[in-house]
Amino acid sequence: MNKIAEIFTSLDYGPAPEASDIALAWLGAHENRFGHFIDGQWTKPGKTFATENPATNKPLAQITDGTADDVDAAVKAARAAFPKWSALSGYQRGKYLYAIARLIQKHARLFAVLETMDNGKPIRESRDVDIPLVARHFYHHAGWAQHRDREFPDHVPYGVCGQIIPWNFPLLMLAWKIAPALAAGNTVVLKPAEFTSLTALLFAEICEKAKLPPGVVNIVTGEGDTGAAITNHPDIDKIAFTGSTEVGKIIRKATAGTGKGLSLELGGKSPYIVFDDADLDSAIEGLVDAIWFNQGQVCCAGSRLLVQESIEDRFLEKLKKRMATLRVGDPLDKAVDIGALVAQVQVERVRDLVKKGVAEGGQLYEPDIDLPATGCFLRPALITHVSTANTVATEEIFGPVLVEMSFRTPEEAVALANNSKYGLAATIWTENVNLALDIAPKLKSGVVWINSTNNFDAAVGFGGYKESGFGREGGKEGMASYLKPKWEKELQPFKPTAVIPAKAGTHPANPLDDTGSIDQTAKMYIGGKQARPDSGYSRPVHGPAGLVGEVGDGNRKDIRNAVEAARAALGWATTSAHNRAQILYFLAENLEYRADEFAARIKAQTGEDGSLEVAASVERLFAFAGWADKYDGAVHNPPQRMVATAMVEAIGAMAILAPPSRPLLGSIALIAPALAMGNTVVLVPSEKSPLSMTDFYQVLETSDVPSGVLNIVTGESKVLAKTLAEHDGIDAIWFAGDAETSTMVEQASVGNLKQTWTTSGLYYDLSDRQKFEGDYLLRRATQVKNVWIPYGA
Amino acid sequence: MELRVVDQAANKPAAKAKAPAPIVQDAATHRRNPGYPLDLDWVERIRMNRSALERRASSLPARRSVKKDYQAAWLLKAITLMDLTTLNSDDTPGRVERLCAKARHPVRQDILDGLGVADLDIKPAAVCVYHAFVKTAVDALEGTGINVAAVSTAFPHGLSPLSTRLAEIEASVADGANEIDIVIERGMVLRGDWQALYDEVKAMRKACGDAHIKTILGTGELATQTNVAKASLVCMLAGADFIKTSTGKEKVNANLPTSLSMVRMIRWFHEETGIEIGYKPAGGIATAKLSLDYMALMKEELGTHWLQPHLFRFGASSLLTDIERQLEHTLTGHYAADYRMPMV
Repeated sequence: MNKIAEIFTSLDYGPAPEASDIALAWLGAHENRFGHFIDGQWTKPGKTFATENPATNKPLAQITDGTADDVDAAVKAARAAFPKWSALSGYQRGKYLYAIARLIQKHARLFAVLETMDNGKPIRESRDVDIPLVARHFYHHAGWAQHRDREFPDHVPYGVCGQIIPWNFPLLMLAWKIAPALAAGNTVVLKPAEFTSLTALLFAEICEKAKLPPGVVNIVTGEGDTGAAITNHPDIDKIAFTGSTEVGKIIRKATAGTGKGLSLELGGKSPYIVFDDADLDSAIEGLVDAIWFNQGQVCCAGSRLLVQESIEDRFLEKLKKRMATLRVGDPLDKAVDIGALVAQVQVERVRDLVKKGVAEGGQLYEPDIDLPATGCFLRPALITHVSTANTVATEEIFGPVLVEMSFRTPEEAVALANNSKYGLAATIWTENVNLALDIAPKLKSGVVWINSTNNFDAAVGFGGYKESGFGREGGKEGMASYLKPKWEKELQPFKPTAVIPAKAGTHPANPLDDTGSIDQTAKMYIGGKQARPDSGYSRPVHGPAGLVGEVGDGNRKDIRNAVEAARAALGWATTSAHNRAQILYFLAENLEYRADEFAARIKAQTGEDGSLEVAASVERLFAFAGWADKYDGAVHNPPQRMVATAMVEAIGAMAILAPPSRPLLGSIALIAPALAMGNTVVLVPSEKSPLSMTDFYQVLETSDVPSGVLNIVTGESKVLAKTLAEHDGIDAIWFAGDAETSTMVEQASVGNLKQTWTTSGLYYDLSDRQKFEGDYLLRRATQVKNVWIPYGA
Repeated sequence: MELRVVDQAANKPAAKAKAPAPIVQDAATHRRNPGYPLDLDWVERIRMNRSALERRASSLPARRSVKKDYQAAWLLKAITLMDLTTLNSDDTPGRVERLCAKARHPVRQDILDGLGVADLDIKPAAVCVYHAFVKTAVDALEGTGINVAAVSTAFPHGLSPLSTRLAEIEASVADGANEIDIVIERGMVLRGDWQALYDEVKAMRKACGDAHIKTILGTGELATQTNVAKASLVCMLAGADFIKTSTGKEKVNANLPTSLSMVRMIRWFHEETGIEIGYKPAGGIATAKLSLDYMALMKEELGTHWLQPHLFRFGASSLLTDIERQLEHTLTGHYAADYRMPMV
């Protein structure tokens, strides 16, 4: 029978391959071997490894494995290029970014084909999603370059940025890193993932074509060791990493105490919530975009399906039918939905996790669809009968595998969604706008998509909560990650004031030892009540004239209790901003009412006239009361018919360790922004002069501060800082004090990747209104959640 | 969901004249929609999200493409799914005869021979005309097996008295039309008067008798995708054999997002009743590429089975010429010009 006549009956799709010749020619022109791109020059290929096409398992090219010397050369080039590059006008930098965007568009097809061959993703995705987003990112940031100084007054770039990117969106992640860094005036050393270096190398050629000054962008290829050489390089000012939470934690530890800026975009196990009033067929199609986009190798993949029980059976039946029509195969075929995973090692990893899921009682469904005979292909998979205790429900699979659970009520949906160490993205399907906008703020994730999924845009920040990382990419938030206040670069080491002699060590709280008339041992303040220290021990507080009083010597159990109280009070974040402002105003009012008493206490502890410090503290409370209902979000306009609302949210339960100096203002200046933004706080006041804050209990008690919102534990700062930094119930920690403890805090924070702010032994003059009465601390006391809301009648 | 099949006796045809039986390829298995009681709870449960439908509709053509021999085969298939249509106020018997002549020979013989598909008996499923030309078309198509479809019921607005519209259907059937494209009153949808819509369509179905009924929703005037979907369901419950998007006279005609709303309702109806309803997008489908997109949409959402003339039709006229040009291009590798194709 004639072939056309046969197809006339079968109506099969047939092959629709995109030609690969353009990419092969480019590889051939380089003799399929690549060195690094350093200081505007191509180095000779060194010791190399092969990069393969995962769809065929055949090598594409030899890539140089970067050494520590290569990294050093790249950093030197970037350092040398920095002064000139950062001194260019915003307009000049913007023009380079614009040129890069244009060149990427001009070579879009080569980029798309090369990306698909190196990574295995379907050509439709690299052509229609990855590359257009890359160009859009550079266009968007060309504008930021020009408007940087207007939008970020008195800010300067970090300097040299080390950037390490993953293999799942090779060129897009490069764009997310390089575009804002360059727009802000930084120079960069970027390492692509070892599986997918090719488009980064092609991008280097684009930089040449754009006549970007040598050293502004340096591309060093290599594996983990090369990445470590970047992370550990002493002359790098900021590290930006996208990849696994495991490696993110290693980088967090390695950079602790170095003063390097850090942003991490890590893993996820993002919930995909379907309510019973959703457009179910559209929600099914959304799932295809959520978990079978890029073979499920997406950090924000909607990999945890949560379906309302009343529609569970019907929904799963629809889902299985849909899965059966997915086409897996040659990524260069334009009519393929699922291409190849990036490498065999990933295939094995996913298979192992699926096996584990089944062994733990999950029911596996895989549609009976054809797979190519060779290459890194997997069928789409659904695992049902999964519960929260199963490995596949908690671990990131990073493959085309969806796990499903059901819920009964909106409240339960939220609880299940948040029952994860991750917090990158979430999806909500409901036709009820009231329900959608009720759930979105309750989800602990940096991105929420309503009735859609996997939306990305350069104007809308992307990044995680919890162990999904910190820092944002895209939008104004993303630009902020590549800038710091000018003054912060000029800080000097903190010189402690004259040490007040204190009796060494602690001693049992024995009133008989007390020479004063009345026992002055202040208690802790936990959950709205004064609490005895667990140890029963106290610490003396000395002023210039001798013993001023005693405070409890806090230990880990006091911290435990305080954190529990702080977590129980997290509802503070949902109190209206107006109410939070009112309470802060009331605190200010009551503090002023007792100004003389507080001034006297400061004098007793420090010997200095305390009246100015009290007045400054009152003013600071006033300032942040004023901020409470003003430091809010933005509405972005991405190119799609949607709004993205950037909501400014509290981080959660914060630990604040106040500096040794300024017993009152040192604490007030830090807790005021934290409380104003809706965080609850465990405060460790000045170790040396804690009595101003223990006196503060009575102000708290007369000011309607809900119990647990502010908890105060006195004691040895370093010891309490360690317990707090290690506590998984603390979401962010601020430490003002010496460098050694700052390093310890940053290292110990790695457990749950809490956000940190430390002074690293530098002198931050908290009385400086210009610096500390504005958004510097507010930004660090909040995280931005972008909620994408499509509309259309 | 429990559905009670409507009493067949109450549904008996009332046609006065014998119409030729419509082409049904799966005649052995295809069951005609018997009609069902109006289920308002079902109607109220429908949710359609416009943005999500648009996203699916925009990615679908990029996800599926057919090339070379596959494309030729699909385009030949597309011709067999066509209601070759002329619906202009200046139509004359001469014009309709020319259309019918084109229907008899939709593709130049040298192209068919060149592609080796002369045996496939490629011809459109129906010719679609105003009532006034039904007889002309029936005569012109005699012996071809090509159906004659009439747009009866005060096309395109549907606002004449019901009795007039029913009489028009009966007249068209009497003249030999074996497919009737009716228009619904859009106002009933906008007012949410599902009972009235149901009653009218049911009466029209009865008037059609053995002739198949396609219900034109006028989707461009129904405002929301949820309305489109609800109207689709009500028409199917009332006994529609096909649901059709547009008259071609609305400002917005067939498009892929609206098609998704409608075919998903067809799917749901099939899940609940086991009855397969046909889908007919009409208006603005003028290019071969677009016809392939619609076919891919049907294949993806309803399965390859639905790509048969008794379950899927294009309302089209200039589409045929564009397909013919593409077929010639497949054959020769040269781009073809429309004036070299016998005009529709």
